[in-house]
Amino acid sequence: MTAPTARRRRTDRWNADTVSQLVAAGVGAVSLTWVLSARVLPIGRVAEAALFGMVTFVVLYGVCVASSDSWFAARDRVAAALFTIAGLLLFAALVAVVSFTAVRGYQAVLHINFWTETTATTGPADPLTKGGVLAALVGTLEQVGIAALVSVPLGLATAVYLNEVGGRLARTVRTVIDAMSAVPGIVAGLFVFAVAVLTLGYSRSGLAAAIALAIEMLPVVTRTGEVVLRLVPEPLREAAYALGSTQWQTVRKVVLPTARTGLVTAVLLGVARVIGETAPVLLTSGFTAELNADPAHGPQVSLPLFIFTEVRFPLDHAISRAFGAALVLLTVVIVLFTAARLLGRKKLS
Amino acid sequence: MTAAATSRREIAPSSTPADKAFRGTVRGAAVLALSVMGLIGVFLFLRALPALQVTGWRFLTTAEWLPGVGHFGVAAVLEGTILIAGIALLVAVPVGFGASIWIAEYAPRHLRPALVSLVDLMAAVPSIVYGLWGFFFVQPHLIPVSRWLSENLGPALPFLRVDNAETDSSFASSAFIAGCVVGVMVVPTVTSIMREVFSQAPTGEREAALALGGTQWAVVRRVVVPFGRSGIIGGSMLGLGRALGETVAVYLIISPVFAVTTHPLQSGTHTISALIATLSTESSGVALSGLLAAGLVLFLFTLLVNAGAAVVVNRSRSGQVTG
Repeated sequence: MTAPTARRRRTDRWNADTVSQLVAAGVGAVSLTWVLSARVLPIGRVAEAALFGMVTFVVLYGVCVASSDSWFAARDRVAAALFTIAGLLLFAALVAVVSFTAVRGYQAVLHINFWTETTATTGPADPLTKGGVLAALVGTLEQVGIAALVSVPLGLATAVYLNEVGGRLARTVRTVIDAMSAVPGIVAGLFVFAVAVLTLGYSRSGLAAAIALAIEMLPVVTRTGEVVLRLVPEPLREAAYALGSTQWQTVRKVVLPTARTGLVTAVLLGVARVIGETAPVLLTSGFTAELNADPAHGPQVSLPLFIFTEVRFPLDHAISRAFGAALVLLTVVIVLFTAARLLGRKKLS
Repeated sequence: MTAAATSRREIAPSSTPADKAFRGTVRGAAVLALSVMGLIGVFLFLRALPALQVTGWRFLTTAEWLPGVGHFGVAAVLEGTILIAGIALLVAVPVGFGASIWIAEYAPRHLRPALVSLVDLMAAVPSIVYGLWGFFFVQPHLIPVSRWLSENLGPALPFLRVDNAETDSSFASSAFIAGCVVGVMVVPTVTSIMREVFSQAPTGEREAALALGGTQWAVVRRVVVPFGRSGIIGGSMLGLGRALGETVAVYLIISPVFAVTTHPLQSGTHTISALIATLSTESSGVALSGLLAAGLVLFLFTLLVNAGAAVVVNRSRSGQVTG
């Protein structure tokens, strides 16, 4: 006597069954959302409708799979749908941030004066054909440059210490550097303010802001640098020692050149991390709308501070300028980040 | 036959001067990096001391900010900070968990490196850009959500009620909206930590689960999630640490109200970082010292949260200790 054979289960992810279930649930969700939002529920906005559609889709999809397959399959598939939706939401947020900034900011960026003028003689109500971010660009370049000059040698030397020299201190240093990456920007700014302005009597300046940025940048450079150095194959070091090199020669001629692109990545990531930091700059650099190319004396504006100042005017043109500067900042971050990734990938292959 | 009486060559390595200088330099750099953290704590404490001497321990329990009469403390702003960070986690943890499982388990394999990079990029987007997006894009979309929550759940849950509910501005600039925006900002942090731990789930146990007839969901539920539990907790805590310190995005969105926030949907709240950002330019004397004391509280609080997170996450990683 043979048992009645069940229909053979197809284990491939995409087949006629699974695709048709997806399509059915999708069509159902879209039509239901359309009917309800147009006729019944007071859903006027795209975002709410999308949210409602997603929930409907998940429910319909579960019912669809459960009715044509099994309860187990339905649970599996609904879980997959939920995880996929979470992933898509995350990337939708990224796309929304980037595209919203681009849409609101591109008009300001298109004017030549945006790049060649300051807002020293421009009021917040003036049209976009007047005023620009020149002072902020100069300030950001100088502040981030000084921050990099301070934190890159220090961070890379610390990374070399952690990975090449080591010792009893290494564990403590690693823990503290980790903790440092968690210091809020505002606290870093407050610290520099307490030291430079309150204790040393130094005025607010681009240099003070640069030191605050360096504090934020140091842990990024150190941690990334350490990871990169750890990727240098051990046999290379052993070969260098076997040929009679001292440790310094090994590090200088073998380890650092091997890790060079990776170390550049570490620096780029550090710069990308701090170039848009507003909180540390807020307390330390002071604000002036005028071009001040001297980071050591007097207040100096930077791109984040420019955005922060302009956006608080309740006037369309000022806000457009803020979005223009935000677009510049975002573009720089994306370019730095992409460059860092491309370099990092070259290292791997 | 006796060997020629050459003295045995000494091979115990003695460092060259260059080596000694090298080790000394990098060790010095490490100590310098180490001391920066110590200096932050010491200077904040020294500068906060005048204010702390005025208020004593009441600094932690006073909910008002009247430095002129010596009656000030961080209770209200600390509560606001924790409230906004808590709302942020309510947004960030579910999305981050789902997204990290999706990247680690479901996303097409050839896309995963790119997705990981995109998450990292999202973490690198400056907070002021999130602030602009939150104020001009998210807020108008969230006000109807706030209103809906308040009207439908408010009768049952009193803390969701809102005064003057007729106008939209009663719902704007609230702790809820700031929390949601900060939530989006910390999602990438949460996601990348969780994904890293999930992707380390042992292949053998995954395959065993599949071989026993488990679905992909069963693998996730019985292997990946239990294995990555420390990553879930640690990632959430790191996200919390990020959310606690967030300044500009919150500053741009909230309207500062110096009182304990009891109604998160109602316009107006305050956080420690926003307090410092608002008052630092116009304060002096004891008031300024009070701001530094508030900064010290924030500093110690984030350190505590992140140290906890580091302990939890490290428990799941193998040794990374140099000898």
